[in-house]
Amino acid sequence: MSLRITLAVTRRVLTQLRHDHRTLALLLVLPCLVLGLLRWMYDEQQAVFDTLAPALLALIPFIVMFLVTSVTTLRERSSGTLERLLAMPTGKLDLLLGYALAFGLVAAVQSALAVALCVWPLGMRVDGSVALLVVVAVVDAVCGTAFGLFVSAFARTEFQAVQFMPAVVFPQLLLCGLFLDRDRLPDVLSAVSDVLPLSYAVDAMDAVVAGADGAGEVAGELGVVLGFVALLLALGAATLRRRTP
Amino acid sequence: MMNYATEAAVVVEELVVDRGRTRAVDHVSFVARAGEVTGLLGPSGCGKTSLMRALVGVQVVASGSVTVQGLPAGHRELRDRIGYVTQAPSVYEDLTVDENLRFFAQVLGVGDGQVDEVRQAVDLTERGGSRVAELSGGQRSRVSLAVALLGSPSLLVLDEPTVGLDPVLRQELWGLFHRLAADGAAVLVSSHVMDEAERCDRLLLMREGKLIADDTPGGLLGSTGSADVESAFLTLVGAPAGGAR
Repeated sequence: MSLRITLAVTRRVLTQLRHDHRTLALLLVLPCLVLGLLRWMYDEQQAVFDTLAPALLALIPFIVMFLVTSVTTLRERSSGTLERLLAMPTGKLDLLLGYALAFGLVAAVQSALAVALCVWPLGMRVDGSVALLVVVAVVDAVCGTAFGLFVSAFARTEFQAVQFMPAVVFPQLLLCGLFLDRDRLPDVLSAVSDVLPLSYAVDAMDAVVAGADGAGEVAGELGVVLGFVALLLALGAATLRRRTP
Repeated sequence: MMNYATEAAVVVEELVVDRGRTRAVDHVSFVARAGEVTGLLGPSGCGKTSLMRALVGVQVVASGSVTVQGLPAGHRELRDRIGYVTQAPSVYEDLTVDENLRFFAQVLGVGDGQVDEVRQAVDLTERGGSRVAELSGGQRSRVSLAVALLGSPSLLVLDEPTVGLDPVLRQELWGLFHRLAADGAAVLVSSHVMDEAERCDRLLLMREGKLIADDTPGGLLGSTGSADVESAFLTLVGAPAGGAR
């Protein structure tokens, strides 16, 4: 572990993003457009928007960061830069944490914009702390990044990496409580939803909207999501091999 | 006491590397010394790359041993002492030349001062602000070479660094390799172009995973009674030199 190398990786990933104006614009603007569309759909039914928007604030950063990370990491594997970095004094965790930090920062900006849009112009009702909504979204985005880092080990091409998105995201999307409350799911599915990180991310968002003011009140949910982050980063580190066949 | 110039930087003993079902490196043994440019020559697919990857410590080896400066290849302490250039340029295409160099300099913990130095050494002084994607193939491979020069490594492992370069530049780079060797580094350069052999202090000829010669260029020509390395190679593999006549 070296802080110097971790921060070098973070800075490098952010520089790459800064050069890629289109991706940066998509990262920051797209979530706002989707939420705006949702608000417009329920133009006459503010209450429906109020129940759906918090879940989307949890889902969007997760999905976006999953995609961005899996493709970026795969590019690193196929271009040979990963091999070069691992032949240098780079620790596996330096690389993984460097990525997580970079995309966590991007997610913070992305989520701050999306939350601000929802709460003020779109009038989403929030009884708890607005800042806490952003914190939950960022933790969630980091979870998406960790999934992306892990999954990129199982894809050979960027095309395959993108195909993992439905596999990882859709089951969680269906079972997270957005479509049907988790306690009303069939027993087996309810149990499955209990071990998926997005369920807890959506629960945390709902809790904040319902009045949670301090991080302590959603500590359980955030703890589970962060536990997944740690587990996936550890698994991701295990898939990074200095020596390859 | 060994003379520094003849100190063994790399000792390879009975190395075997399997890639898939094929034996890429077949019981190869040799010594590469500090202060010398050792050329690894052979046709494409003869096992040069697998052998070089084994020296750097990124290749899974089946048996045998590789010792670099008294330590097993891939040892943690060797990671900032080896400069490694893969055949495909392992740099970030979406970053500029200087951004690439500064990133790898940070990873290695060397000052930004070296960035100008290595950029000059590979004759890219004017292109520091250009994105790698905008450069020609030859320029890209020189960026990759510049990265390998960061941190003044004591072993340079260069896989076909002069492919596709114009003759003037090729000559300059060979001059650079000899200067680095004169400064005390061990330089191992692979090539499939036989006429580059004459520029090496020592030659290793490879074919189908086996080492078929380990000599100085003069010694090789003398022992095979050949006028050039290409004919020497043909003599060694038992083919009629000069083709069927």
